[in-house]
Amino acid sequence: MGVRVVKPGMATTIQDIGRPGYYRVGIPPSGSLDQYSSLAANLLVGNDDAAAVLECTYLGPQLHFEAPTVVAVTGANLPPLLNGEGRPTWESFAVAEGDVLSFDYLEGGARAYIAVSGGFDVPQVLGSRSTYTLGSMGGVEGRVLAEGDWIDTGDTEGATPGRVVPGSLRTEHPKHREIRVMMGLFDHRLTPSGRQTFLGTEWRLTPVADRTGFRYQGAELEFEERDPPFGAGSDPSNIVDAPYPIGSIQVPGGIEPIVLHRDAVSGGGYVMVATVIGADMDLVGQSAPNNTTRFIEVDLDTALEARHDRFKRIEELRMAVAS
Amino acid sequence: MAYEIKSPIPGIFYRKPSPDSDPYVEVGSKVETSTVICLIEVMKTFHEVKAGAPGTIASIEADDEEMVDAGQVIATLETDDNGN
Repeated sequence: MGVRVVKPGMATTIQDIGRPGYYRVGIPPSGSLDQYSSLAANLLVGNDDAAAVLECTYLGPQLHFEAPTVVAVTGANLPPLLNGEGRPTWESFAVAEGDVLSFDYLEGGARAYIAVSGGFDVPQVLGSRSTYTLGSMGGVEGRVLAEGDWIDTGDTEGATPGRVVPGSLRTEHPKHREIRVMMGLFDHRLTPSGRQTFLGTEWRLTPVADRTGFRYQGAELEFEERDPPFGAGSDPSNIVDAPYPIGSIQVPGGIEPIVLHRDAVSGGGYVMVATVIGADMDLVGQSAPNNTTRFIEVDLDTALEARHDRFKRIEELRMAVAS
Repeated sequence: MAYEIKSPIPGIFYRKPSPDSDPYVEVGSKVETSTVICLIEVMKTFHEVKAGAPGTIASIEADDEEMVDAGQVIATLETDDNGN
């Protein structure tokens, strides 16, 4: 069983819960940038959490199914079409042998997730099927999908069409987002005015944003004067090379903050002024070019509470889809 | 018949293949289905948008280097009724 890629869409990749544990040797976790939506798609078609899905950025693929199965599309508002007829998002639906799944134009968000019952089956690399294109690893030959690709799919046992994620548990896609951050590790390098500018600016996502980093425009940050320490570049935004956490926000040249996401490089010499809290990384992943973001400073307790709330929402999702 | 050419993806709209080139099309240009009418830049790559139908460009709805959304109308076309 499997699907044939008729049209690949744009930067469509196989992703899953990721490849944690190798960032220290430069291999990032990868995996779906919006983990919540990706999990919802898997639950809708009766898959395990770790099953692989397709992540479709901005533009959907066209897929030809060569066996009957059950499919769900979640995440961005990317309206599915089965043989040209509309199908719902956040709801599992049946697909017959020979059916063609395609998509209408993106209506909100940035990344849609397609789950198929049994999961998309490609070889695991370091315990994950996620595609890391910069490292040519995972997915289909370590790259984005291409026209003519064949992807095996697993057993459809346990899948039923008509499973629904209730409206309150679906991700919304406003054009403006508030993303919570903890300041640091290098926020001491900002002047008080630079800090105020960072937190007060409505940042606009640029079209270069991708799985590695989300680059924003909107203002220039002022740094404290200093003599560069040995090993640091001369620009005020340079530091002695340091590890880059996923979610850390670097600001090369004091302009254009970049939020690193799941395909990030693991270290470098740019000042990190703040880090997006784990609970809000899915929101970053759904930001599209021209969408605006304000970074909201929170403390560690708030970040942990947000993580707890996210786990609670995931439990609600599991209950809602199972019932 | 009027036909709307939409951008399939969000990104930056370019009317020219390079800064020194002429625009792909102007109002009044005759186009075929596969004629490229603009580029959209996103994720550090450029994507050609094709007319999608034969006809004559009736209007261009976006400014050069403007940010456009997916599904946004970027040009309109007066299609050839006789297929020429």
